[in-house]
Amino acid sequence: MSDGAGSVERVHRTRRVVNRLMLTLTGVAAFVVVVPLLLIFYHLVSAGAGALNLDFFIRLPVPVGDTGGGMLNAFVGTLSLVAYATLLGVPIAVGAGIFLAEGRRAPLATVVRFVADVMNGIPSIVIGIFVWAWVVVAMGRFSLLAGSIALAVMLIPMVTRTTEEMIRLVPRELREGARALGFTRWRTTLGIILPAARSGILTGVLVALARIAGETAPLLFTAFGNPFLEWRLNEPVASLPLLIYQYAISPYDDWHRQAWAASLVLIGFVLMVSLAARFVIRNPYRGS
Amino acid sequence: MMEESLLPMETKWNPGVPGIPAPTVGASHALPEGGKQVAAGAPFAVEARSFSFWYGANQALADISLTITTRQVTALIGPSGCGKSTFLRSINRMNDLIPNTRHEGELLLEGGSVYRPDQDVVLLRRRVGMVFQKSNPFPKSIFENVAYGPRVNRLVQGRRQLEGLVERSLRQAALWDEVKDRLEKSALGLSGGQQQRLCIARALAVSPHILLMDEPASALDPIATQKIEELIYELKDQYTIVIVTHNMQQAARVSDVTAFFYLGKLVEVGRTEEIFTNPKNDQTEAYITGRFG
Repeated sequence: MSDGAGSVERVHRTRRVVNRLMLTLTGVAAFVVVVPLLLIFYHLVSAGAGALNLDFFIRLPVPVGDTGGGMLNAFVGTLSLVAYATLLGVPIAVGAGIFLAEGRRAPLATVVRFVADVMNGIPSIVIGIFVWAWVVVAMGRFSLLAGSIALAVMLIPMVTRTTEEMIRLVPRELREGARALGFTRWRTTLGIILPAARSGILTGVLVALARIAGETAPLLFTAFGNPFLEWRLNEPVASLPLLIYQYAISPYDDWHRQAWAASLVLIGFVLMVSLAARFVIRNPYRGS
Repeated sequence: MMEESLLPMETKWNPGVPGIPAPTVGASHALPEGGKQVAAGAPFAVEARSFSFWYGANQALADISLTITTRQVTALIGPSGCGKSTFLRSINRMNDLIPNTRHEGELLLEGGSVYRPDQDVVLLRRRVGMVFQKSNPFPKSIFENVAYGPRVNRLVQGRRQLEGLVERSLRQAALWDEVKDRLEKSALGLSGGQQQRLCIARALAVSPHILLMDEPASALDPIATQKIEELIYELKDQYTIVIVTHNMQQAARVSDVTAFFYLGKLVEVGRTEEIFTNPKNDQTEAYITGRFG
C-alpha cells in the first residue's frame, strides 16, 4: 500500500517538474522575442538622441563639414510617399479584398488570392526594379510618383488579404438581416458589412503603413533621394530610410549621429502607428 | 405615396374572422398562374403547392402544400432538421444566399409566384419582413438601425417623416419608451431582448405585409420571451406572422394555426387548439406530448 502511494507521489513530482520546465522554456522564448526590440531602442536612444533637436526636423541637410542641419526633406518625402501610396493602394486593396470575400468560390478569386500571397513574399528590391523598368524608364526620371507606386505595390497584397479576412469575420446573420430588409448585395456590402469590418480593415492598413514607411529597397531606383525639399509628384524625393542608408555608409561622424537619430525617429513613427492600430482594435464602432 | 398603398391596413383583404378559413393540406386553389404582385383579393398570404427544396443532393422539403392565412399567426413546429426553417426562408428567398439549392413546385406570396424568373427579390423582401434567431442589429445607432431600411427603400421624404416612422416602428415593437433617450447610442449596447425587439422594429419600418420569425425568442430569457410573445399578439392585427419555434408552449400561446413538419414533410396543419388538444396524426401527437424530437 505504502509503496503504491509513494509511486503516485513520484509521478506527481515528475509532472510538476516537467510542467515547470516547459513553462520556463516558453517564458525564455517569449523573453528572447522582446530583447531585440529593447536593445534596438536602447542603442538608438544612446547613439541618436544627442543629435535630435528642433533643427533636425525643420532644416535641410547642410554640406559635409558644416555642423547642424536636419532632415526636413526626408520627413516630407517619407510622409508624401506613404500618403500617395495609401491613396493609390488602399482603394484598390479594399476593393480586391471585398471581391475575394464576396466571390470566394469564383475561379478569379482563387487566382487573385494566390497571387496576393505570392506578392506578399516577393523581395522588395524586386518590386523596386520592376517599378523602375515600368515607371521610371517610361517617365524618363526618378519621381515621388514612382516611389509611391512601388510602395503601393507592396501595400496592396497585404491590405487585400486583411480586408478579406476582416469581412469574413462579420457574422452571417448581419448579411442576412440586411438582405431580408430588401437591400441589394452591393448596398449590404458597402452599407453594413464594410462598416462592421471597418476597425479591422483600418488596423490592417495601419500595419501595412508601418511596414512600407521603413522600406528602403523599393525606393532606391524610384524615389531615388533628393537633398532639397520636394513634394511634387514628378520629382525625385528624399526618404528617411534612404537617407539613413546614405548617411550610415558615409565616413563622417556627424552623418552617423544623424543616421542614428533618423532611425530613432523612424522606429518611433512605426511604434506610434502600431499603437494607433491597437487603439483602433480596442475601440469597436460605438454608435454613429 | 405609392408606398403607402403597400401598407397592410389599406389592402383589401378579407381578414377572415370570425370564422377563420380552415387551412388546407394538399388542396389546390384556382389562382391565376404567375399572378399579379399584389392580388387584392388573394385569400392567402402564402400558398405552397407541392413545394420541394434541395440543398445540393439533400432534399429538405418534400411536396409541401400549405396555405397561410392573412393576419393570423401561423406556427411551424417540428424537430430540428424537419424543414420548417427552410420553408420559412423560402418565402422571402433567403435561401438564395446559399449556393447549390433548387426547388420544385409552386410557392405563392399574395398570389404571385415567389420563384418566378422575373421576380424582383428586393421588392419581394420588402413585403416580407424577417426576424432571426440570433438578434442581428447593425453596428450602428438605434435610430439608424430602424431608419436605414426606409431610407434605402426611399419610403420617406425628409428628416421629420423619417423620425416619425422610426418612432412609430419602435412603438410598434414596444421598445420606444426604453430607448427614446438614447436613440443615437449604439444598438450593440442594448440587452438581448431589446436587440431582438429592435430587429422587429427594423423589419416593421419598411412596411412589410408578412413577418417571418425564425425562433425569435430561443436565445432570450423568460421575461424577454414574454415581451416578444406579447408583441406578436399585438402585431397580428396588422400583419401576417409566420413563426418557427422549438418551444411547444410558445406555439400554443401565440399562434392561431400550427403546422407540424417532420423529415421534410408537412405532417399536419390545423387550428392550434385542435393540433394541441386533438391531433389527428400519431406523429404529431407523439411530438407535442414530448415522446420524440
